[in-house]
Amino acid sequence: MQNLREAMKTLDYGVAPESTAQVSEWLEAHGRVFGHFIDGEFINGTKRTQFETRNPASGEVLAKISQADKKIVNIAVAAAGRAQAKWASLPGFQRGRYLYAIARLIQKHSRLFAVLESLDNGKPIRESRTGDIPLVIRHFYHHAGWAQLLESEFSDYEAIGVAGQIIPWNFPLLMLAWKIAPALACGNTVVLKPAEYTSLTALLFAEICQQAKLPQGVVNIITGDGASGALLSGHPDIQKVAFTGSTVVGRRIREQTAGSGKKLTLELGGKSPFIVFDDADMDSAIEGLVDAIWFNQGQVCCAGSRLLVQEGIADQFHTRLRSRMDKLRVGDPLDKSVDLGAIVDPVQHEQIDRLVTEGVAQGASIYQATGQLPDKCPVGSFYPPTLLTGVESSDMVAQEEIFGPVLVSMTYRTPAEAVALANNVRYGLAASIWTENINLALDIAPKVHAGVVWINCTNQFDAATGFGGVKESGYGREGGREGLFEYLKLRFEANLKTANPATGTRLAVKADPSDDIDKTPKFYVGGKQVRPDSGYSRAVSDHKGQLAGFVGEGNRKDIRNAVEAARKASSWTSATAHSRAQVLYYLAENMSARQAELAGLLQKINGYSRKRAQTECQLSIQRLFYYAAWADKYDGDVHAAPIRGVTIAMKEASGIIGIACPEEQPLLGIISLLAPAIVMGNRVVMVTPSSNPLLASVLYQILDTSDVPGGVVNLIQGDRNTLSKTLADHYEVDHIWYFGDQEGSTMVEAASAASLKRTWVNYGKVRNWADNEQGQGQSFLRQSTEIKNIWVPYGE
Amino acid sequence: MDASLIMVADKTNERNAGMDFNPDWLAKVQINRSAIERRAGSLGDRRSIKKHWQVAWLLQAISCIDLTTLAGDDTPGRVRRLCNKAMNPVRREILSSLDLEDLELSTGAVCVYHGMLETANQILARSRGQNARPVGLAAVSAGFPAGLNALPLRIAEIDASVAAGATEIDIVISRRHALSGNWRALYDEVRSFREASGEAHLKTILATGELGTLRNVAKASIVCMMAGADFIKTSTGKESVNATLAVSLVMVRCIRSYFEDTGYRIGFKPAGGISTAKDALNWLVLMKEELGVEWMQPELFRFGASSLLGDIERQLEHAATGIYSASYRNPMG
Repeated sequence: MQNLREAMKTLDYGVAPESTAQVSEWLEAHGRVFGHFIDGEFINGTKRTQFETRNPASGEVLAKISQADKKIVNIAVAAAGRAQAKWASLPGFQRGRYLYAIARLIQKHSRLFAVLESLDNGKPIRESRTGDIPLVIRHFYHHAGWAQLLESEFSDYEAIGVAGQIIPWNFPLLMLAWKIAPALACGNTVVLKPAEYTSLTALLFAEICQQAKLPQGVVNIITGDGASGALLSGHPDIQKVAFTGSTVVGRRIREQTAGSGKKLTLELGGKSPFIVFDDADMDSAIEGLVDAIWFNQGQVCCAGSRLLVQEGIADQFHTRLRSRMDKLRVGDPLDKSVDLGAIVDPVQHEQIDRLVTEGVAQGASIYQATGQLPDKCPVGSFYPPTLLTGVESSDMVAQEEIFGPVLVSMTYRTPAEAVALANNVRYGLAASIWTENINLALDIAPKVHAGVVWINCTNQFDAATGFGGVKESGYGREGGREGLFEYLKLRFEANLKTANPATGTRLAVKADPSDDIDKTPKFYVGGKQVRPDSGYSRAVSDHKGQLAGFVGEGNRKDIRNAVEAARKASSWTSATAHSRAQVLYYLAENMSARQAELAGLLQKINGYSRKRAQTECQLSIQRLFYYAAWADKYDGDVHAAPIRGVTIAMKEASGIIGIACPEEQPLLGIISLLAPAIVMGNRVVMVTPSSNPLLASVLYQILDTSDVPGGVVNLIQGDRNTLSKTLADHYEVDHIWYFGDQEGSTMVEAASAASLKRTWVNYGKVRNWADNEQGQGQSFLRQSTEIKNIWVPYGE
Repeated sequence: MDASLIMVADKTNERNAGMDFNPDWLAKVQINRSAIERRAGSLGDRRSIKKHWQVAWLLQAISCIDLTTLAGDDTPGRVRRLCNKAMNPVRREILSSLDLEDLELSTGAVCVYHGMLETANQILARSRGQNARPVGLAAVSAGFPAGLNALPLRIAEIDASVAAGATEIDIVISRRHALSGNWRALYDEVRSFREASGEAHLKTILATGELGTLRNVAKASIVCMMAGADFIKTSTGKESVNATLAVSLVMVRCIRSYFEDTGYRIGFKPAGGISTAKDALNWLVLMKEELGVEWMQPELFRFGASSLLGDIERQLEHAATGIYSASYRNPMG
C-alpha cells in the first residue's frame, strides 16, 4: 500500500487503461489478417499484397491488411455496379430500414468500435467513445430518415450510380459514415477505401453490413494505399468520387477525373482561424483552443490552428494559454485520462517536427507544454502541445497546414484586420469567432472565407448540418440537406445529347450592303465599353455567310481586366436581395423595350424565324422575372443541430463566376446563366457565344440603362476555350461555369485543379434552354451559392 | 499553480486582506454560458481516477467535507452524532484493510446553526488532541438562509457565533444587491461581515441558484473576494438549484483571476446536492484542472454535504474488500 500513500501525497491521476481484450479477440478471430469486403464477402488478398497496420502508440503490429490492385478494384466496382439499380429502386422506406439497422448495430458494438479506433489511430479513447462513434451513429440515423424522405423531397433527382470514396486516417469510421450514409440514402452503391494506416474499423463495419443483411455489393470496402485510391478514383465505371484528405491528393484527383463526367466532392486541408476579440470570455476561449487544436492531436482538417488574438489582450491570453497547456496530458490513447494520444505514424511526426523547426528558424518563439511525454514509447509516437508566438503572416508556419498539435499565434488591432488576416490563406474550411458581442460575431461570420463558422465554440459537427470548405479546402458539403445533392443528379441530365461539332463563326464571304457595317461592338468591362486589348477583330457572318460586322478578339488580358473589374464590384454582393431583384426586373423591362432589335439579330445571324426569335426574347425576359422572383426567397435554413442555439445555413454568393455561354439559343443561354448568378450576388465574367457575337453589344446597352453597377457583368468575346482556360486558371475566379464542348469541359476541370475552384461543365451535352426543367430552377441557384453553416450557441 | 501565472507576489500563507471596491474589474467580466457548460460537462469524461488513486482521492475528499446538518429539527443529540462521525469518518476495519490504521482522518469541519455550536464545540474539543488536524466548527450565520434580517442583527449573529467557538462563519450574501446590480452595497455588507468574523474564516455563500445568470455569479464572486472573503461558496442547500459544475467552474476561474491579480488564494466550497463519490471526484478534478493540487486541500476546498460521506465510505469498503457495501454497515453521521 506504499502506492496508496504515495497517491495520497501527490493526488495524481494515475492510470486508467481501457481494456483491449475484446478487440484482441476480434482480431484473433480473423487470424489478424484481413482481405477486402466485396459483394458481401471477405476476399483475401494474396500474401504478396499484404502489409502491416500498427498501433501508433506502441509500434505493435495489429494485423495484416491487403493492398487492392487493379483486379480487386475492378471486381469491387463491378459488384457495386451490379447492385446499384436494384438498390436505387428499393422504396426509400426499405433503404432507410437498412441504414437504421446499421445505426443500431454500431450502437450495440460501440465500445468495440471505439477501442479498435483508438488502437489503430492513436486518438484518445475519450474522443473515440464520446466523439467519433456517437457521431457515426447519429449520421446513420439521420440519413435513414433522408432515405425515406428522398422521393418526396428530391423528386426531380435520382442516384448518380457507383460512388468511389476515399477517406483519411484522422477520423476513420466517422469519415466512412459521412461518405456511406448519404450515398446509400440516395440510392448509390459504394466502393470505399479507408486510409492504409487505419482500415480496421472499416473492416469491422463491413461485418456490420453483413449483420444488417445489406444486399450484396451495396457497400464494398477495399484497402490499400494511395495507389489503390488512384485506381478507384480513375475507374471508368464509377460516376462519383468523394474524397477527404490532403489538398495535394485532392488536386491530383481533380486532374485525373477531369472531363470524365464524374461528380466530385473534395474535402481538403485547412488553416482555420481562431479569432479572439478583447471582449471574449477569455478562459472559455482558451478552453476552446484545447478543443480546436489539441483535439485528435491536432490532426483535424478544420483545426483552429491559427490563433488571431486582439493585440491588447495578447500577453495575458498567451500567459493563460501556456498555463492551460501544462495541464494537458499526453500519453497512452487507451488511458481514459489522456488528452492527446499518439501521432498516427512516424512519417507524420517527422513532418510536424520539420515544420515546427523551420518555423522556429524563421523567428517564431516556441512553447511546449511541460507535461511529460510517455517514457518507453517508440520514437515518433507522441508530440507535445506546442504554441508558436511571434509569428507573422509571411512565415511559412502561418500559411502551411501542419496537421499536428501546433498552434501559431498572431495579433491584430481591429475587426477589419482580423478578417483580413483570417482570409489571408489559401484555405477556407472553418473559423471560430470568440466575442460576447453578438453584433460583432454576426458581422464577422459572413466575412470570413469558410464553409463552417463556430461562434464561441469550435469543432462542432452534426449530421443535420453541412460541412465542407471553399478555396483550396475543396468543395461540396457533407451532412444535412445540402450534403444530399452531392449524391444526386437531375433526372433529365441522363437524356441530354452531345452537341454537333461547334459551328462557330463562318468565314464571311462578302458584306451585306444593307447592314450597319460601321457599328463598333466592343467588350463590356467594369461598366464601360472597351476595345479589345489585342487590337484584332474577327468578322461575323450572318446565317447566309455574309459579313455582318466585326467583333473584338478577346485575349487573356481582357479576361484579366474583366476579373479585376468584377473584383472591385464587391458592393453588389452585399446589396440586399430586394435591391438585386429590382435591378433584374428593371433589366427585364429594358430588354422588353429592345426586344425587336434582339430578335432581329437572332433572325439575321442565327437564321431564326421571326416567331422563334421572338419566343427566345420572351423567354429571356421571363427568365429574368423568374430569378428576380427567387432573389429574396432562395434563402437559408436553420438546422436542427443538437445544441442550445441556432445553426444557420447561410447561402452566400460564390463570388466571381466565370461563365462560358452556350452556342445554342445564344440569347436565352446568356440570360439563363447571367440571371441566377447575379441575382444571388455574384459578379460574372462571361464569354459570350460566338454563334451570335453581336448580341452582346445590345445587351451591354441594356445593362447600362438598368442600374446594374459596373463590374457586376462583364462581357468578353473571343475563342471560348482559350478564354475559358484563362478563367479556369485565374485564382481570383471562384467558380467557373462552362457550356461548350467535351474538350473544353475537360480542359476547364483540369485547369481548375490549381486553384481548386468549383466547376460546372456540360461535357459537350446540350440543354434545351427553352425547357423550364432544363433551363431554369433551383439547381442554378445552388450553383450560384456556397452554403456557410454558422453555429451560434446561446444562453446567458 | 504554474509559476508563469503569478503576476504579483504570491501570498500563499497570508489571509486575504481584500481590496478597495473596484467596479472596473466587474465591468470586464465576460462569461459565456454555453462554453462554460461544455467545459463543465466534459470534465468527467476527460479524467478517470481508478484503483488506489481513487482511494487516495476519496480519502482526500473526506478531509474536505464540511459535515453538515442544517435542519429545523436539529437537537444536541443529532449534533453529537454528527461531530463524532466527523472525527471518525471511516470505519476502522476499512482503514485497516487499506493498511492505513495510522491515518488520522477527519472531515474538514462540521457545519451547524448557531444554536448547536455549544454542543458541537464540546465534542470537537476532543479532536483538538485526537485528530492530526482539528475539525473546524462552522456556523451558518447572518440570517441564513435568506439573509434578509436587519444588518445589525446579522452582524450581531456573527459576533455571537464567534464568541460561541465557531472557527468558520458561513454567511449568505444579500441576493437583492446582486440582482439589482448594487455591487457596492454587497461589497460593504461583506466587508462588515469580515470585520465581525475576526479570526474566524469567512465563507460567503452566493446562493447561485438565485442569482439568475452566470455573469452575476462571477461578479458576486469577485465582489466577495474584494471584500475579504476567505472562501466563496455556491449555495445554502436551500435553493431549488444547488451546486453545479458549471457554476463552480465560473467561481473557481474567478478565484484564479483574483489570485493572478492579488496573489491571495481564496478557497472554494460547493454545497448542496453533492451526494456521491463520483460527484466528489468530479469536483476534485475541476479543482485540480483549473487551479491545481493546492486547491484540493481542506485549507482551500470544502464540500458542504451531509450524505456524501456515507457514499464515499461504501466506495472505500468496496476498494478495500472488492465487495460492494451496504449503507447499514457504516455508522451514520
